[in-house]
Amino acid sequence: MSKSALDAIRTQVMWNRLIAVVEEQAQSLLRTAFGTITREAGDLSAGVYDTSGNMIAQAMTGTPGHVNTMATAVAHFFRHFPQSTMKPGDVYVTNDPWLGTGHLFDYVMMTPVFRGKKLVAFFASTCHVIDVGGVGMSAKANSSFEEGTLIPHMKIRKQGVLNEELLGIILANSRNPVEVRGDILSLISANDTGARRLLAMMDEFDLSSIEPLARHILTQSEKGAREAIRTLPDGEWSYDMPLDGYERPILIKSKLTIRRGKITIDFSGSSPASIHGINSPRTYTHAYSVFGLKAVIAPHVPNNIGSLSCFDLVTEPGTCVDPIRPSPVTARHVIGQMLADCTFGCLAQALPGKVQAESAGSIWILGLNSAHGRVPAEETARAKQFGVINIGLGGIGGRPGKDGLSTMAFPSGVGTIPVEITETQCPLYFKHKEYLPDSGGPGEFRGGLSQRIEIANREAAPFAISAATFDRIHNPAQGRDGGRPGRKGLARLGSGKPLPDKGIHVIPTGDSLVVELPGGGGFGDPHRRDRAAVDADLAAGLVTPDGVRRDYGHEPA
Amino acid sequence: MANQIKLAADIGGTFTDIVLESGSRRWSGKVLTTTQAPELGVIEGIRLVLEQSRLKPSDVGVFIHGTTLATNALIERKGARTAFITTEGFRDLLEQGYEKRFDHYDLMIDRPQPLVPRTLRYTLRERLSADGDVLVPLDESQVDAIAGALIAQQVKAVAIGFLHAYAHDAHERRVRGLLASRLPKDVTICISSEVAPEIREYERFSTTVANAYVRPLMAGYLHRLRDELKAMGLTAPLFLMMSGGGLTTLETAARFPIRLVESGPAGGAILASQIAGECALAEVLSFDMGGTTAKICLLKDGEPERARKFEIARAYRDMKGSGTPVRIPVIEMVEIGAGGGSIARVDRLGRITVGPDSAGSTPGPVCYGRGGTEPAVTDANLALGKIDPAYFAGGKIALDEAGARRALQASIGDRLSLNDFWPAAGVTEIVEENMANAARVHAIELGRDIAACTIIAFGGGAPLHACRLAEKVGVTRVIVPKGAGVGSAIGFLRAPVAYEITKSAVISLDSFDAQRVNRLIEGMTRDARAVVEPALAGARADVHVIADCRYVGQGHEIRVSVPVRKLAEADGRRLKAAFEATYEQVYGLRIPNQEAEAITWSVTVSSRTERPKRAARAARKPAPKPRSRRRIYDPALGRQVDAPVYWRFDMAPGATVKGPAIIAEDETSTIVGARFGATINSLGYIVMERKS
Repeated sequence: MSKSALDAIRTQVMWNRLIAVVEEQAQSLLRTAFGTITREAGDLSAGVYDTSGNMIAQAMTGTPGHVNTMATAVAHFFRHFPQSTMKPGDVYVTNDPWLGTGHLFDYVMMTPVFRGKKLVAFFASTCHVIDVGGVGMSAKANSSFEEGTLIPHMKIRKQGVLNEELLGIILANSRNPVEVRGDILSLISANDTGARRLLAMMDEFDLSSIEPLARHILTQSEKGAREAIRTLPDGEWSYDMPLDGYERPILIKSKLTIRRGKITIDFSGSSPASIHGINSPRTYTHAYSVFGLKAVIAPHVPNNIGSLSCFDLVTEPGTCVDPIRPSPVTARHVIGQMLADCTFGCLAQALPGKVQAESAGSIWILGLNSAHGRVPAEETARAKQFGVINIGLGGIGGRPGKDGLSTMAFPSGVGTIPVEITETQCPLYFKHKEYLPDSGGPGEFRGGLSQRIEIANREAAPFAISAATFDRIHNPAQGRDGGRPGRKGLARLGSGKPLPDKGIHVIPTGDSLVVELPGGGGFGDPHRRDRAAVDADLAAGLVTPDGVRRDYGHEPA
Repeated sequence: MANQIKLAADIGGTFTDIVLESGSRRWSGKVLTTTQAPELGVIEGIRLVLEQSRLKPSDVGVFIHGTTLATNALIERKGARTAFITTEGFRDLLEQGYEKRFDHYDLMIDRPQPLVPRTLRYTLRERLSADGDVLVPLDESQVDAIAGALIAQQVKAVAIGFLHAYAHDAHERRVRGLLASRLPKDVTICISSEVAPEIREYERFSTTVANAYVRPLMAGYLHRLRDELKAMGLTAPLFLMMSGGGLTTLETAARFPIRLVESGPAGGAILASQIAGECALAEVLSFDMGGTTAKICLLKDGEPERARKFEIARAYRDMKGSGTPVRIPVIEMVEIGAGGGSIARVDRLGRITVGPDSAGSTPGPVCYGRGGTEPAVTDANLALGKIDPAYFAGGKIALDEAGARRALQASIGDRLSLNDFWPAAGVTEIVEENMANAARVHAIELGRDIAACTIIAFGGGAPLHACRLAEKVGVTRVIVPKGAGVGSAIGFLRAPVAYEITKSAVISLDSFDAQRVNRLIEGMTRDARAVVEPALAGARADVHVIADCRYVGQGHEIRVSVPVRKLAEADGRRLKAAFEATYEQVYGLRIPNQEAEAITWSVTVSSRTERPKRAARAARKPAPKPRSRRRIYDPALGRQVDAPVYWRFDMAPGATVKGPAIIAEDETSTIVGARFGATINSLGYIVMERKS
């Protein structure tokens, strides 16, 4: 008894420890990163893998798009670098969208860990670097070759010596070489931190291998996920989701099959890949569709290969959810982040009354730049040159028993950037950033509100906005179980004219940019909404008197 | 304050601790906190220790007070009816917050509710730019209508926060003036440029609102307390302990009560700092474990790390982002739900979990026999033999050991096929691992090497777990001070009178504007002196200046010490060098040719504290006769061992024992692990060291 009891307790302790180790790895990265998206909004991921490349633990800090894509990214390295060729001090790198985490901006760094001469584990981390050349953070490109520099699987550090030649190529192809260098060094050092802690743990528990521990973690996690899946009814459900798209509308077709503890999401029949960079590579498609399924079915089970392997994905190559090279993919989240809602559309039929309504979905990245090079030079002659990013967030769908969350990202895990921080970085200023009344989809449980943001230039000069990620302008977030859609998004000039497409647009001197984010869909019949809740919303100005009459059928109090 | 008779009171959630010191003598007492009128418990406790000491109220030379009252008012939402006035077009920033889900995987989370609902949030036409230009002039004509609404709404506190007011306070001050003449006298008005003049609007507004929200309550309490003390004849000056570890006057505390949150844990950190001085320790991990939480704080050169951000009332405990952020000077520490009352369970994946919910004092752990049914950490300690029921709480509380074992078997053992003492061993291992993990992640956030630290353990629970925590994080020495049970209140007596003022001003270190910095620091120093000097009675004050620096483009800053003198252009280079040295120490690299900048400046003016007397290693004496022997589980060996139980007060300085052993006293027991030895130093502290 005592030996096995002791082992059982130590296994528990080591599992906890691994989670703390990857959290340390992620924190180290978060605090040293340069990209605004990484540092303010947490667009990163960190994890530890066994020697077969199975992800066994990952940090809570991070965003699902990175987290779940990185789960599979490590094994891809082995094809080019068999484990027998790896040496202590080596670090491997790639930003291949198809084999990494979905677009060129994400550098994935993998570090083998040696105990003595023996390879015992891998650490990997990824973050969104500021610039990789090409057309920049825009969906304009028509092929991945135009989107920036691709680094295939390579060594960035060889036995402790930094590969300056490779780094030189990366930096020469970036508009922000200093920051990119900083981010790459941060990734390397974050993995080193993880490796040190893991080795200390192996010393403490006198382990020569983590394989038994990995097996335990993966088995328990898989078991947990399977048990949760087994509580679901068998069946087949499908759901189609229309999206605005870029050059033409897009339809995501999904089919969910649950059979004896096995669950498959099938996107066959979805629209062909766009000629612009909003396509979601299969790995990213996998990340967000599985995230959606798991968040409803088994939120308590940790994310690792054991639990993720219970969810099967089917896609058709060449579609917008499985584009093939060289389809452009920079703004892949425009489609990818809608896929959680797509899975909800299927799940809601399997679990009526238990799945939230649709959300604003993909985050609106407000890529704001000075207009240099986009207007005649004399218009920008005295204007300051700048490029900043902020994030526009809409509403989350109404939930069973609760209103949806207002102005928050879902399924992405990123947050906003303070107004005062953006305004110290450029001459732009916000004229308005406030909840948008009546934007939450009416329902017994109202959809989350979106917001109206208005931005102007203090200088007498034009500025530019990339509208690459603005979707749900024509296709609102749908309600659920009788709930009504959330309000559609809108992007226009302050003077009135809507921005025509997902391209880069110039805001003329003296004018402003207005974006109204999409609201969340409502859950349940709005006429069943508690009267007190309607009155409270009205008193707070979250709904207007007209809205109360129109959507809830009451005469305003 | 050298030879004065000093009194301290620490109001906690359950107990109010009182300590009285006269020279080298000390008396202490614990009374139940009287939540409705906390001053009554304080007065009762003071009478108790005065009685013990045979001193009169008028003998007391100084009274230092810390309280969780403000924190509790925020957690329980019992503050004043508060309104918020902000820039037109930004009514919801206070509620929108970070616009980030703090838990990606839980679809049912709620964002922290703002202290001011939308119906009490007003906007005014005005706008300043980041560099101080007036983009939209202040529209004073709107103030009358807002004042009318505030009166109609019977608002008791008003917070004003405009965009970029950290740099330009004119609009906020003007609106405060206009409102003050229109609102009833008893309405409190706070402005963000005074409460927390730092960049990042959400955090500044949140802090200002929280200050306004608790101010009527705290000012009322503090003035009542002053009157009660006067009535009993205690006329000594009263100081309040702040979360940053300094003391301030009642008047300042009543203006900025938000600075009083977390004063108890701050007192603990000050105690650790004192002990670090006595024992000549540079690197310390202070470990304070009570009934509900464990607090871990790192000290460097004997000083606790400081920070300026804290999150109150996390709705999902331990979950960053689920509470109300405030920007105030705080002692940097990590607090996790790991205390004696923390409840142990097995989750759906067959993993043991401990906390963060706690059985508290009612019903308390199962062994208290007051109706608790779920096993807590204290139950596990009892089942493992680490607590001797004969000595627990001075033998005043009878412990139900069999009940504790039954609950552990039912909740943990049966689910995991463990029996005998193993379920309890699993629980303590997990809670110790949780604390070790929190300490490790905290250390990396601060760029520190835990293994170089000495652990100082106090609070009822810490001495039971400190040795194992030390083993897990690679620490080789642990100190358990005297009076560990009332450690925070003792810490109050060691704190300096201090005040910190902070302002945001983005200044490049590569092209350093020394004049601007000099002007800024001079003004802040003058303001901080004005707060501190009335309390110093002519004594000298020290000034410390800190700049929060980062590489341009980064989002997190590192604190860099700034020399206290007139700065010249070359100081920019020096600050950058100091910044880069710290950066490299924390993150293991520098970024060559990258410009650096200072974002925020802070000035602290504080009284000089006495140098503590140095502890010495007493001449080695043999161990006293053990009072008894017990079978305890030693996690490092992974088996049960036979351990002698010593009574702490049988052990004179120099007395040395080998682990495994238990050193019992009234409020706690110190577990000496099998790989450790313990000796008593000249000050009566237990010093445990890992056997080589």
